[in-house]
Amino acid sequence: MTDQAATNGYKSGSNLEKVLRAGHFAVTGELGPPQNADGDHIREKAGLLRGFVDAVNITDNQTAVVRMSSIGAAIIAIQEGLEPVMQMTCRDRNRLAMQADFLSAYALGIKNMLALTGDHQSFGNHPTAKNVHDVDSLQLLGMLRDLRDEKKFDCGDPIKECEPRFFVGAAAAPEAGPTEWRPYRLAKKVSAGADFIQTQLVYNVDAFKKYMEEVRKLGLHEKVFILVGVGPLKGPGMARYMRDFVPGISMPDHIIDRMTKAATGIPKEEKQARRDAWRAEGIQVCIELMQEVREIKGVAGVHVMAIEWEEAVESIVEGAGMLPRPVVE
Amino acid sequence: MITGEQKPLEEIKGFLTNGRKVLVVGCGTCVTVCFAGGEKEAQILAASLRMSTKLGGDPKEVSDVTVQRQCEWEYLDVIEKEVQEADIIVSLACGIGVQAMAKHFPEKWVVPGLNTNFLGLPEEQGIWTEQCQACGDCILALTGGICPIARCAKQLLNGPCGGSENGLCEVKRVKKDGGIPVMETDARGRQRPVMEDVECAWHLIHERLSSLGKLDLLMEVQPPKDWSSSRDGGPRRIVREDLLLLDEG
Repeated sequence: MTDQAATNGYKSGSNLEKVLRAGHFAVTGELGPPQNADGDHIREKAGLLRGFVDAVNITDNQTAVVRMSSIGAAIIAIQEGLEPVMQMTCRDRNRLAMQADFLSAYALGIKNMLALTGDHQSFGNHPTAKNVHDVDSLQLLGMLRDLRDEKKFDCGDPIKECEPRFFVGAAAAPEAGPTEWRPYRLAKKVSAGADFIQTQLVYNVDAFKKYMEEVRKLGLHEKVFILVGVGPLKGPGMARYMRDFVPGISMPDHIIDRMTKAATGIPKEEKQARRDAWRAEGIQVCIELMQEVREIKGVAGVHVMAIEWEEAVESIVEGAGMLPRPVVE
Repeated sequence: MITGEQKPLEEIKGFLTNGRKVLVVGCGTCVTVCFAGGEKEAQILAASLRMSTKLGGDPKEVSDVTVQRQCEWEYLDVIEKEVQEADIIVSLACGIGVQAMAKHFPEKWVVPGLNTNFLGLPEEQGIWTEQCQACGDCILALTGGICPIARCAKQLLNGPCGGSENGLCEVKRVKKDGGIPVMETDARGRQRPVMEDVECAWHLIHERLSSLGKLDLLMEVQPPKDWSSSRDGGPRRIVREDLLLLDEG
């Protein structure tokens, strides 16, 4: 039996797909699985996100550090009433393992899948590992689309019944190099099968607007839902680190200045007060970024990455005026 | 060309415990050009082993000889006598030469004196860079003569990924000098390897195709690669019927 009839014309029938197709401004969040076998870790984090986002990305060994698998953590998220966007990188699995996991994930109720290249293993805790990269992220998108729409495996063999029907996502890094190529890379991801896009963290809205201008010229905003990556800064140090060390993130000076000034006047000894002041400002900057990008034509939502700071998500989404989250039947 | 770097002397010495007569065999082709295993390096290694084993109290009789190519039988026949007199053969050829020696002299213990590194280009004096992974299905016509299989850390066929910035890959390389990592002391006083920048192959491809007006080549989504022509299909073999020697009679 195929689920197509049951999805009422939706590709997957996921909540994220319904929210986006209904024209709502979507909000997704992120949940990083733990470096242990403690399911309660996921349950606690899920409690901080439930009701404040339309779906939650479950990362796949992010930064190449071994963690609970994205498929396992996604199941726990579902049990906790959260809709997962399961992430799948090309680093750890070949095309056989990927497709086997897609079948399992769909059978277990996962409906959104995000295809990523994956951080290089040299950044993680097993830097001497062999990476796979049997397929790249575009080829993975094509695989997901063809499993669903052509009902066939990557090799061409037909799926006789019950094909996995995912709402298929991809990442975009608008500020990575070569920047003039980035809109075209997005075009390639769209033609490879992406239904939605989540971008790398955007802090430089002016640069992002230029990117979106090019995206609109290519007509991509009408073919794919673009969710802009935003995230709260914990302090000026984090902002400087992102500026200096994280490729693909453009951090404008005025944000670093704002973060620095947030603790002006608070004595250095009052560490907690300084920390609170920075964090409050980080949340405020994030809220303003969300409101700014919402006004850009072609932006369909935001992807809030509050890394190891899930507590902040409620105040961010509420502060941005994006609560309550829509319910689409 | 095939590039290699000599193994540390201590590692090579560790291979010699069960023999007294050692023959170091250099190779006159690739590893000569990359100054790792030619005649000169064979002589120096033999002298070093003689001296070092003597100082260590277990002196070895070490001699050396260099052939034109260790990967061709006819050149190995020439050193039959020297090989037979030795207990252990240290081959300074690439992995192909070491295996050819082991196959040609099946009763001899053959050990490698080099680490075979990659198929590379002598970029400038003293610097070699990897260019080819011998994947068996060349895609350079699509990428303007720059290989992402060999030169992208993720072997992307539809790159660049999000880790490209200012023309550089986010994956850095451990800086080495003569095969040994160059170390530095960090702010906390710990030793760590010095990392050096690597060009992003996809940035180079984009730049080159852009300058040649061929960016449209990059717009096509490249399908998953057929890796069966690479090592994933098992050990590869080329047979040319037109070149096989006919069995006379």
